[in-house]
Amino acid sequence: MADPAEQHSTAAQPNSLRHGPDERGHFGGRYGGRFVAETLMPLLLELNAAYDAAKADPAFQKELDFYLRDYVGRPSPLWFARRMTEELGGAKIYMKREELNHTGSHKLNNVMGQILLARRMGRTRIVAETGAGQHGVATATVCALFGMQCVIYMGATDVERQKPNVFRMRLLGAEVVPVTAGAGTLKDAMNEAMRDWVANIADTYFLVGTVAGPHPYPAMVRDFQSVIGEETKEQMQAQEGRLPDVIVAAIGGGSNAMGIFHPFLDDASVRLIGVEAAGHGLDSGKTAASIERGRPGVLHGNRTYLLQNADGQIDEAHSISAGLDYPGVGPEHSWLSDIGRAEYVGATDDEALKAFQLCTRTEGIIPALESAHAIAYAAKIAPTLPKETLLVVNISGRGDKDIFTVAEHLGVKL
Amino acid sequence: MSRIAARFKTLATQGRGALIPYLEAFDPDLETSLALLKAMPAAGADLIEVGMPFSDPSADGPVIQLAARRGLKAGATVAGVLKMIAAFREQDQETPIILMGYLNPVEAYGHARFCTDAAKAGVDGLILVDLPPEEADILEQPAQDAGLDIIRLVAPTTSDERLRYVLSHASGFVYYVSITGITGTRTASAEALQEALPRLRAATDLPVAIGFGIRTPEQAATAAGIADGAVVASALLSTLADTLDADGKATDQTLPRVLNQIKDLATAVRAGEKKAG
Ligand SMILES: Cc1ncc(COP(=O)(O)O)c(C=O)c1O
Repeated sequence: MADPAEQHSTAAQPNSLRHGPDERGHFGGRYGGRFVAETLMPLLLELNAAYDAAKADPAFQKELDFYLRDYVGRPSPLWFARRMTEELGGAKIYMKREELNHTGSHKLNNVMGQILLARRMGRTRIVAETGAGQHGVATATVCALFGMQCVIYMGATDVERQKPNVFRMRLLGAEVVPVTAGAGTLKDAMNEAMRDWVANIADTYFLVGTVAGPHPYPAMVRDFQSVIGEETKEQMQAQEGRLPDVIVAAIGGGSNAMGIFHPFLDDASVRLIGVEAAGHGLDSGKTAASIERGRPGVLHGNRTYLLQNADGQIDEAHSISAGLDYPGVGPEHSWLSDIGRAEYVGATDDEALKAFQLCTRTEGIIPALESAHAIAYAAKIAPTLPKETLLVVNISGRGDKDIFTVAEHLGVKL
Repeated sequence: MSRIAARFKTLATQGRGALIPYLEAFDPDLETSLALLKAMPAAGADLIEVGMPFSDPSADGPVIQLAARRGLKAGATVAGVLKMIAAFREQDQETPIILMGYLNPVEAYGHARFCTDAAKAGVDGLILVDLPPEEADILEQPAQDAGLDIIRLVAPTTSDERLRYVLSHASGFVYYVSITGITGTRTASAEALQEALPRLRAATDLPVAIGFGIRTPEQAATAAGIADGAVVASALLSTLADTLDADGKATDQTLPRVLNQIKDLATAVRAGEKKAG
């Protein structure tokens, strides 16, 4: 990669799909927005102004580029998965290696951007929600790096199934608060983080981990994650001399997917596929597939597709992967789904477990269970595609944190 | 004149502020919460806030969260809550009812249909915690058509400039969230309230009620004296929760204890004098 500034240089065209959201934070006039209590509104307006100023400041970009290169370890490679390609016998499979980032996932891209913003804003205390613990670990990491106080809210169920990450966060000096409300998963952690923020506005910055929440979070997190797609574009150009044909990414809140999709939104030839967690199956009632099985509604500050009952009460999501176990999805994905620019499909717990093993066995890469959902769908369609098709799977994280869960499902006692 | 305006006008002539108790619909069951609602005016409620349970009350503290969970477990739905209000209206035509909740259940019911049906049931005003004026266009017209007030929350964080904007979207009365935080946690001091009020008075002619963190009769009297009303929620819901049996069912203590507490609050509010504020 030549000049780091080039990573951010893909300009949007006049009737581009990359202009959203509008100044109210709406995507396509319908999704997103700022649905929060009045106490938080002034804070969101302040955050919006601070982010706009940072975006326009070359010094901010330069600082971020420095940390992305020397601390996060960017750029991440685009890896040609030769053995998996041969085994599947179809499209040429490339892997965007976000699992090689420091802390083991794409989460640090966003966290690094937001922590620099929080510092610019003079905040000293950071609160964050986490599901799999990857966002919590990334947040605790930058708080250690910059010597800031860190409080991580995590559903009690997730605390149980992601023990290694809980221990990592505590080692990094964060306070991890288990949330017992609801099913004790990501949705409940998000509620609790919002409650903390509203009660501690003077010194606290709420560091949201995905492209959801009230405006400007969905746009801001997307911008910080877009480095994934910008790099992919350049790397594919360098390796194959053209754009990829298909991009596949897992969807929890949707940040790794939005990050790799966004730079390609105006490249109509590129098929964008988001893979939601189907859990036990899309129609099993135990799923986290918000776009495929939900309807639009308002939760956590934005309007988006939600798993909910007829009376507007939010359903519990289900997925083997804690990072995908969320009944909502980022509002920009809802819009991209409605206009048909991106496709949204599901992969079940079992399919993800198989893909986890396939990737490990053929490429020597142990993927996160979240990423394994994307691999599962890629593996499903690759054999049906011509050999010259260039398919990119976003490996959003590494799977060391998941080996206990996987062992249990394979009937192995560790 | 709306029931809300009429009630504040009467109280102003009496020289006192309003006591506005809160109950969560269907907590712990429909029968108990309806009986409580019906008995509240006689116990001294001047206006009543009825909470519509939501699965994810992200602006509420533990006490209201648990009340909402009990309500949902007892089968609360939007339609069920409106039916409950209609049953109350059969016997009480004067006491204003304000529904308080979150947007999503209203959205699922349908914005316009909700406003029409709520007005028909006898609801007077709406407080939707997560619907700031920036997003309220979806509800303002249908609410106005149905004759429902949209009560706006303002907070210590609301700047003077923003205050004018928020209040240009307010009707009925203004709800001053006296602390930065969730419900049922901290309490603002009398001095802090004294300081906050002139700013609000300068920006609106609407009555001002204070809520979040008011627990004792003294605090209610202070708030109702400084402003035009005091909302008491978590303190009453905790009392109710304390009276439930091991299975979370109402006992013969449930109604009397909550109603006695309302009586004590009302006595203090009525004895208090209105200070210029
Ligand atoms: C490795 C990994 N991938 C994906 C996700 C899902 O989040 P998002 O959809 O925002 O990328 C998570 C969330 O914890 C994660 O840890």
